[in-house]
Amino acid sequence: MSQPAASTADRHPMPGMMVYNVKLGMWIFLLSEVMFFTALIGSYIILRFAHPDHFAEPGAVLNVPLTAFNTFVLICSSVSMVKAYAAITQGDQKGLKFWLLVTILLGTFFVGVQVYEYIILAQEGFVPMAELYGVAHEIEGAALYGATFYTMTGFHGTHVTIGILCMWFVLYRAWQGKYSANNYGGVEIMGLYWHFVDLVWIILFTIVYLI
Amino acid sequence: MDAHAHAHEMPWIRRYIFSTDHKIIAIQFLLMSLFFLVVGGLLAAMIRWQLGFPSEPMPGGMLLPDEMMAPTPAGAIMLPEFYNSLVTMHGTIMIFFAIMPLLVGVFGNLLIPLQIGADDMAFPRLNMASFWMAFPAGLLMLASFAVEGGAAGAGWTSYAPLSASGEYTGVYLGQQLWLISLTILGFASLAGAVNYITTIINMRAPGMTWFRMPLATWALFITAILILLAIPILAGALIMLLFDQTIGTGFFLPASDGEPLLWQHLFWFFGHPEVYILILPAMGITSDVLANGARKPVFGYHAMVLAIVSIAFLSWIVWGHHMFQSGMNPMLGTTFMITTMVIAVPSAIKVFNWLGTIYKGNIHLHTPMLHALGFVSMFIIGGLSGVFMASTPVDVYIHDTYFIVAHIHYVLFGGSLFAIFAGVTFWYPKMFGRLMNEKWGKIHFWLTLILYNLVFWPMHSIGIQGHMRRIYDPTQYEFLQPLQPINQFITVCVFALVAVQAIYALNFIISIWKGKKAGNNPWHANSLEWTVPSPPPHGNFELVPIVYRGPYEYSAPDVEEDYWLQDTPPPSETAAPALEPQPVAD
Repeated sequence: MSQPAASTADRHPMPGMMVYNVKLGMWIFLLSEVMFFTALIGSYIILRFAHPDHFAEPGAVLNVPLTAFNTFVLICSSVSMVKAYAAITQGDQKGLKFWLLVTILLGTFFVGVQVYEYIILAQEGFVPMAELYGVAHEIEGAALYGATFYTMTGFHGTHVTIGILCMWFVLYRAWQGKYSANNYGGVEIMGLYWHFVDLVWIILFTIVYLI
Repeated sequence: MDAHAHAHEMPWIRRYIFSTDHKIIAIQFLLMSLFFLVVGGLLAAMIRWQLGFPSEPMPGGMLLPDEMMAPTPAGAIMLPEFYNSLVTMHGTIMIFFAIMPLLVGVFGNLLIPLQIGADDMAFPRLNMASFWMAFPAGLLMLASFAVEGGAAGAGWTSYAPLSASGEYTGVYLGQQLWLISLTILGFASLAGAVNYITTIINMRAPGMTWFRMPLATWALFITAILILLAIPILAGALIMLLFDQTIGTGFFLPASDGEPLLWQHLFWFFGHPEVYILILPAMGITSDVLANGARKPVFGYHAMVLAIVSIAFLSWIVWGHHMFQSGMNPMLGTTFMITTMVIAVPSAIKVFNWLGTIYKGNIHLHTPMLHALGFVSMFIIGGLSGVFMASTPVDVYIHDTYFIVAHIHYVLFGGSLFAIFAGVTFWYPKMFGRLMNEKWGKIHFWLTLILYNLVFWPMHSIGIQGHMRRIYDPTQYEFLQPLQPINQFITVCVFALVAVQAIYALNFIISIWKGKKAGNNPWHANSLEWTVPSPPPHGNFELVPIVYRGPYEYSAPDVEEDYWLQDTPPPSETAAPALEPQPVAD
């Protein structure tokens, strides 16, 4: 997980990116994640252009101020992730653990607000098919609007949740003292993933809530 | 040496079942996909029985349950619903669980670390996880035959809305299992792709520059990139379709103003790169084997690499040629026609370079070489019939006929599968330490080549005469009745073709124990996998190999033998080697 063996590299330059495998692997994996969200967002755009009448005006159904605050929380969690990374590059074990915990709490708060939002929306009848969910009646066009909304935000929420679980693992390893100023690959790739998920949310928030 | 000792200490289950060794994982993928190849072949034989002898009692049909075959006093007759499942599952199993794991799972795992001089993959445990997701996904797919309503029946493309609601096909759970199984397989493919790309970028041996890599590895590298970017699109589409079936969304359902065409766009945006996922590794394998059999360097190595790259790039902008008849805007049809025809250029570059490779070569017609030549000739036929379909005015006529069936089998069976036979025979020693029997290998090749052409060539003809694909009973149509003798001829040839594969299966199994011991380099080839014992030990290379030249230095004037291993120091350096080999770093 640290740098490639220096002795071999000195005598004969190895081909390769001079990036350790796990980091390169994470970048490559994130490329595939981009394509996954492209499929979901692309479908949303096509369906919305084809049937604009099914999609309510911004703010008519969705709670924009609440989610705007939630977006702010998620962006803060990216800042705390950077603080955790910066701490361990300096060898600051205490700072690493503190900022990782802050990131976990902010992330959990984000998911919690999203679940709360889902519950309220479902009670208002914003579900794809009323009879399946025991709701009296569904909001007009929810079979498309609701379908795209829950699929996109739901998969993003799943990514955040997986990120939080991985972050607990990183925190556990930090507690064991597995990271140091020379060996922080695990924290770095955790950060890459977390910032990616954050970036996806900023796009989703814009196109789902604001436009 | 520590790595070797370590391998022997591991319990049996860690060495052979939950192994992280790329060579063992390759063998696991090989056994799995050969099993599914047999299953897919038997499904095809059943389809052909119904087409050749519609609604006549099928031999052995009594063994199948009543939901599939209607029992009559004379014997069991195939039900139309079961026929739909057969067509769907034959395509699905062959593409996703036979050809794709054979090319990518087997050769990717076996060849990439060996050919670039690495001790294993970048992420061995992820590699193990890849197999242990793919295998259960396959079992899940098979299990769907046993659930109520039978297996998925909306075709391997699962076009919505047919696939989006159980009311249309009578298949509820089977279709959902189909979607879940392919999603799991997608995760397996992604794990593999991340692994291959990282390994090739980062773990090449000293001196193994990009343009010293064997073309098999090059093709697998580009294929991995295609998988990485295409599979997530499929996963997204599969999940949306699953939601349509289970939780009431309406992405693809016209009843909720969803867009059935959206499914086709998503599916083929994945599906066309997938087509090249299924052929590029075959092209790479063929290049390696042809150069070896002709004892000549590959003609135009750089052009070959660039052709692979440009085919991969073009594969992203041609998906609409599957949808000329779908009601898409005709303007788009013309665009897709042009981009599709452009693909013929890099494909032709590859074909002419293969011909250039064997031209005036000192040709050794060993079994892998025969299969590679079979690949080139069949791929030419399949490629040319592809140009017919790319042209919109022609496609309007032949769309969804047996002409398409003939085309896909010329590229996937005549193309990919012949290359797989070539590759498995060629690298068999690196998996099992022995060679397959040459005599039986050649008999199998000739019988397969002849029977295969007898099966699929007439399909062009009945397709042009209007025989639709995926129909249950062609004799229902008056204009197809005169074609019935051809259908029967094809069916008889299919049974022979399936039976002949037993020769290969027996040759494969018996050679594991009885084959001739191979030694390090039985084919006198150049690339790094031939510098190590067969099968290579755990950790592959005792010393990190140093690469001095490309992999195709056959019949070089500077050396006495007609091959020149990539890690043999050049004569000028043997006196005072500039680089001494380094011990493998742990």
